[in-house]
Amino acid sequence: MKDFPFLSILTLLPLVGAAVVAFIPRGKGGLAKTVALAWSLVVLALSIVMWVAFQVGGDRFQFRESYQWIPTWDARFTFATDGIALVMLVLIAVLVPLVILASWNDVDETQRSVPTYFALLLTLECTMIGVFAAADVFLFYVFFEVMLVPMYFIIGSYGGQRRQYAAVKFFLYSLVGGLFMLAAVIGLWVVGGHTFDWANLKDASAAFETNTARWLFLGFFIAFAVKAPFFPFHTWLPDAGVAAPAPAAALLVGVMDKVGTFGILRYCLPIFPEASRWFAPAALVLGVIGIIYAALLAVGQNDLKRLVSYTSIAHFGFIGIGIFAFTTQAGTGSVLYMVNHGLATGLLFLVVGMFVARRGSALVSDFGGAGKLVPVLAGVLFFAGLASLALPGTAPFVSEFLVLIGTFATHKVYAVIATAGIILAAAYVLWMFQRTTQGTLNPALNDVPAMHKDITLREKLVVAPLVLLLLLLGFYPKPVTDVINPAVQATMQDVGKTDPAPTAVANGKVAR
Amino acid sequence: MPDLKLPDIDYGALAPMLILLGAACLGVLFEALVPKARRHGFQLGLALLATVAALVTVIIERNTRIITIGGAVAIDGPTLFLQGSILMLGLVSLLLIGERTVEAGGAFVSQAAVTVGSQKDLRQAGGQPGATEVYPLTIFSLGGMLLFVSANDLLTMFVALEVLSLPLYLLCALARRRRLLSQEAALKYFLLGSYASAFFLFGVALLYGYSGGVDLAAIHNAVADPNRSEVLLYAGLALVAIGLLFKSAAAPFHVWTPDVYQGAPTPITALMAACTKVAAFGALLRVLYVAFEGVRWDFQPVLGVIAILTMLIGAVLAVTQTDMKRLLAYSSIANAGYLLVGVLALNKEGLSSTMFYLVAYGFSVLAAFGVVSLVRDAEGEATHLSRWAGLGRKSPLLAGVFSFILLAFAGIPLTSGFTSKFAVFGAAIDGGQTWLVIVGVITSMVLAFPYLRVIVMMWLQEPGENTPTVSIPGFLTSAALAIGVIATFALGVIPAPLLDLTNDAAQFVR
Repeated sequence: MKDFPFLSILTLLPLVGAAVVAFIPRGKGGLAKTVALAWSLVVLALSIVMWVAFQVGGDRFQFRESYQWIPTWDARFTFATDGIALVMLVLIAVLVPLVILASWNDVDETQRSVPTYFALLLTLECTMIGVFAAADVFLFYVFFEVMLVPMYFIIGSYGGQRRQYAAVKFFLYSLVGGLFMLAAVIGLWVVGGHTFDWANLKDASAAFETNTARWLFLGFFIAFAVKAPFFPFHTWLPDAGVAAPAPAAALLVGVMDKVGTFGILRYCLPIFPEASRWFAPAALVLGVIGIIYAALLAVGQNDLKRLVSYTSIAHFGFIGIGIFAFTTQAGTGSVLYMVNHGLATGLLFLVVGMFVARRGSALVSDFGGAGKLVPVLAGVLFFAGLASLALPGTAPFVSEFLVLIGTFATHKVYAVIATAGIILAAAYVLWMFQRTTQGTLNPALNDVPAMHKDITLREKLVVAPLVLLLLLLGFYPKPVTDVINPAVQATMQDVGKTDPAPTAVANGKVAR
Repeated sequence: MPDLKLPDIDYGALAPMLILLGAACLGVLFEALVPKARRHGFQLGLALLATVAALVTVIIERNTRIITIGGAVAIDGPTLFLQGSILMLGLVSLLLIGERTVEAGGAFVSQAAVTVGSQKDLRQAGGQPGATEVYPLTIFSLGGMLLFVSANDLLTMFVALEVLSLPLYLLCALARRRRLLSQEAALKYFLLGSYASAFFLFGVALLYGYSGGVDLAAIHNAVADPNRSEVLLYAGLALVAIGLLFKSAAAPFHVWTPDVYQGAPTPITALMAACTKVAAFGALLRVLYVAFEGVRWDFQPVLGVIAILTMLIGAVLAVTQTDMKRLLAYSSIANAGYLLVGVLALNKEGLSSTMFYLVAYGFSVLAAFGVVSLVRDAEGEATHLSRWAGLGRKSPLLAGVFSFILLAFAGIPLTSGFTSKFAVFGAAIDGGQTWLVIVGVITSMVLAFPYLRVIVMMWLQEPGENTPTVSIPGFLTSAALAIGVIATFALGVIPAPLLDLTNDAAQFVR
């Protein structure tokens, strides 16, 4: 079991599926959907087997595989996963089947090729898995950049209005960030002794000159900050979120953007510990600004998809301060947040997508009293909103709480300001819910036949797993935290920051 | 009277050049002897055969490392690698040149000396078979390129420069359509090329005055001697470099490129963008690495500025282009800048990565111009960008191929564009040229925009009435496209074999 090449198979499997789906003739959209869904379920099954096989408390990196690729540069196909990457891999595997199911009727078959759309989704899954599974910097960079291509075509070809603008903006922003990283990757290769292996680079990093390390750190950080997106590199996300089909947007903010925060945890902190400590104050400030600024903007949005995009930016601010607070608690909270945000915002995007598909518009003002027509769907929206604002009992509460108390231990002021973001979150979620589903019925809604149809069986299948997971992890997050915790601890040790002594308890002991 | 001592000649090592030049002469005879109706087949067959034969001899000679024919020609690793590259890229170009099914009679005019716009001209544009002189001319040019990259003294290099240039000037004037544009291109190329040759020759004269010899080893030895005139050295180096930078389309000697690329028949543009670039950079590498290694610290900053200028001009002006061939021309200028970054690493990695880049870029650019030659309407090729809107709907396969090539130009991983950029930038950082890499990265970002815009046009816009039909590619163009795309993909995914080959070849003889 231990020598089974889990990660390379998990990475390649969706690509094979994409190839199969792409060769299904254009007229047979139904077949393409079924094959894509079945295929993604196989990937999910494999990821669950991996989850079971992963030894909690075992080695930091497990399922390691390494194959020769470009010997001249010592670039290898090295795959390995720690707890942080593992939870993201499983998150991808969980979300993709749901996204496929949610996209069932999204593509107008007369306009656009259905098989291509689902092939693109599976290709995207392959690249996303690859980026989390890679333990070779070159391989990571390759996946990081290639990831853009399928998403670019999904947004550009299958998106809504202004899709071309959004697709190009998305691509250019990410590419520009990526090229900064490319310069840093080459630089790291040169100063790190001509190797791309993550472990070797980490060992070599102790000897880096301070200034060199800081420049290289910045190269990586800019790429990840654009991807995440952190304030002020976030402006592409609302456009992409609005233009992308809602299920693809769920994948975009649910998983793809996590590559940014994951990259900071995996590459910035362990390989450039000194530079990370040096940059931490700035990163914390950016994080806090992002929380407040994006939440304020979210309150004022009239477009549902844009609103959800802004809430994501605010949430990424939380993840950012959790990482740069340099405590195990906050770090664990951040990684848990990455998972929970994927589930909660994924759900929110999917439900909003269901509303938008019915109404044919994403504007809040085009709804109003919709709860009278589709009560169950409105209920799901309410739940997704509550999860997104981190109500106790839902999974995001646990992570937000961990981030805040972990940050409070080292940076009290930032934690206090960030807490204000929670209040704003309540404002934008509740106000949005109220304006769309409560109150008097908007008469225009009566004329839209689709608005009279409440949640369908297919849609129930899409939302049920996410609702269940959010509740389950809200009450019992231990299975996930157990996997995350050792990896986060190791990362914090790499940075050289140990947790501050729990002063209150220590004092108590002295007093006793 | 003492016996005349003839230099030793290693005919085996010279065989590739002899084969090509011999075949070109044979081709001229064919023009006179073979009946007109059968000339095309004969000439194309002869050209392909000669190129393959030359390639085979290069492979047979792969372990030769000598200087022969009285110090005029050096056959070493870089020579053989570059000759092999030129021949392979030349083979693909010949496929494009030989295509006659896409447009009746091929891309070339049947008779160049006809008044533009006259009845006769309209008749020839209507579908008379194109001139078959293009094959011997191409082969002459390829032969000159082989000599150019192997020349071990500056006079031989000058002769090779003329042998490769003069046929190209002619070929540029032979486009079947838009005759005026084509003739103008040829004239511009000829005039500016002559100036460049003159600069080169003047530089050679100064260097002769400086070192007392024209072969690269003599200059190398003279550079080591501190008692000689530095003025002659630097002036000579500068003038010789101008000649070489002109051929490689580096700023500020690039101004001919967009006009000539646009006006020349598309297969010839492809030939220039792929093969001429290899030859020019091959010669530049040899001159700088073999003869002037001793003054590397003096020319490095100057050439560095030129590299930066080239990248900036190529990238920024590519953004504003509305014509596909001009866009590709500016992209080729920017790529010359990236190649210079590799050259300026001035180490073994710089040499090998530049050679890798040349091959990778050559195949991609051949495929790109192959696609351009297929998108056409009644007026010939539709090169205005607006005409490409919605091409993805009308012919997804071709648009897919072109998108892939454009992604390669933009340097997206899993294409040769990424691996080759990675190689030259890595070599440059290794060689301490971080500033060049930073500019390279920034210009890559700028340059991504025009490529992306074309992809957007093809896929994300509705086809308009103006969207031209795409010709069904004939066998030859299909083969050229397939080779270009497969090479672009393969060098992106499994670059190791070629990287090893360039590494092994990266050693000049002196």
